[in-house]
Amino acid sequence: MNDLQSVLHPAGADAAIIHQFSWVLFVGGTVIFLFVMALLALAMRARARPIRPAIWIFGAGIVFPVVVLTALLTWSTWRSAQLAPQSSHGAMTISVTGKMWWWEVRYRDPASNREIITANEIHIPVGESVYLGMTASDVIHSLWVPALAGKRDMIPGRVTGLTLRADKPGVYRGQCAEYCGEQHARMAFHVIALPRAEFDAWLARQAQPALPADTTLLQRGRDAFLAQQCQACHTIRGVTDVAPHLDENRIVDTSRLGPDLTHIGSRREIAAGTLRNHRGTLAGWIADPQAIKPGVFMPPTPDLDGETLRAMATYLEHLK
Amino acid sequence: MNICQYDRPHPAWRAGALLLCAVLASACGSQKNPSRVEGGDPERGRLLTQQYQCAACHFIPEVQGTNGDAGPSLKYMGRLSYIAGSIPNQPDNMVRFLQNPPAVKPGTLMPALGVSEQEARHMAAFMYTLK
Repeated sequence: MNDLQSVLHPAGADAAIIHQFSWVLFVGGTVIFLFVMALLALAMRARARPIRPAIWIFGAGIVFPVVVLTALLTWSTWRSAQLAPQSSHGAMTISVTGKMWWWEVRYRDPASNREIITANEIHIPVGESVYLGMTASDVIHSLWVPALAGKRDMIPGRVTGLTLRADKPGVYRGQCAEYCGEQHARMAFHVIALPRAEFDAWLARQAQPALPADTTLLQRGRDAFLAQQCQACHTIRGVTDVAPHLDENRIVDTSRLGPDLTHIGSRREIAAGTLRNHRGTLAGWIADPQAIKPGVFMPPTPDLDGETLRAMATYLEHLK
Repeated sequence: MNICQYDRPHPAWRAGALLLCAVLASACGSQKNPSRVEGGDPERGRLLTQQYQCAACHFIPEVQGTNGDAGPSLKYMGRLSYIAGSIPNQPDNMVRFLQNPPAVKPGTLMPALGVSEQEARHMAAFMYTLK
């Protein structure tokens, strides 16, 4: 079984508690069901023994449910109290915004205290509690990483929170768990749990501006990106936020309508878990996102020649 | 007399007919389509096509994915006369094209994805099953 996204393969303490609840309910429910069916079979025998109704009504109808439900309530209350506190105190905070149909993820750079924006991948240090401060910018979404924690809704105009902790390094797939429109099914993301040192290195790289376009092909791709006005929705830090035609490197407005592409080449997938990320899928996506994810807000780009489009895809792949 | 009436055939005939059907069916099932590409395995090619996500741009029957339309449909790739509209659809050309499309057809949108020659052979073998 694929354990990339599975409630049956918990990789964090909270998911393990939920996993245990599920099995107790499944197995307990099955045992009680079989017991009732056995009683039914006994009752349907041609020559049933006479019974004493009072014993069955009070015993099986009142005493048994009271005992079982009380035990379950006590046990589940005790176990639920062991779930991680949903609090940002003492935990690294990551902001996640649900959008139709992708995830904006923001970190605070410990070095510069500036915001680092990325998309569709939540990197976390392994073995540490991380608090996701979540909201949505359009409709209600819900963030769910089955291997790590329960679901939590993301509601426009409100901030909700979810504590995540991965106990072993790995890649855990998550997806939107609240129907949010046409492409709800293609709104996935990955949580990537890394040892602390690797996480710090990753964050430091993400804080850097985009890699320079140092070959003719890459320059052609970058120029095509700007000529197509992709910066109307996408930001590439170091490219779309400076205006080279002005003498000074003046900071211009950046857009957050679409995912930040400063380090898109470092991501595993594009279009929120729709395609693996390489120049081929990037080219296909740029040419016609509507064929791949119908209804997505990105328009097709039908007026580029093949070479220019390849250059653009190669440039984006280069932005590691 | 009802024309639909007929005598049930003798059980031996029926068993024989069933056996014949079974033999024919298994012969069809196990008959290996000889690959048109030397050293190419169509089934591995199909999986590679899926792995490289060619369906981001192409409609490909039997390949899971998105069925993009930036590139042409590959539904009949196996019996088209030309690759990319201009290169004779021969196995060697197909293998070269899959490895490095712009080198074979300058100006094409299709990028070189780092497909190895062996992988390209499998993928080409799969392409020739699409008819």
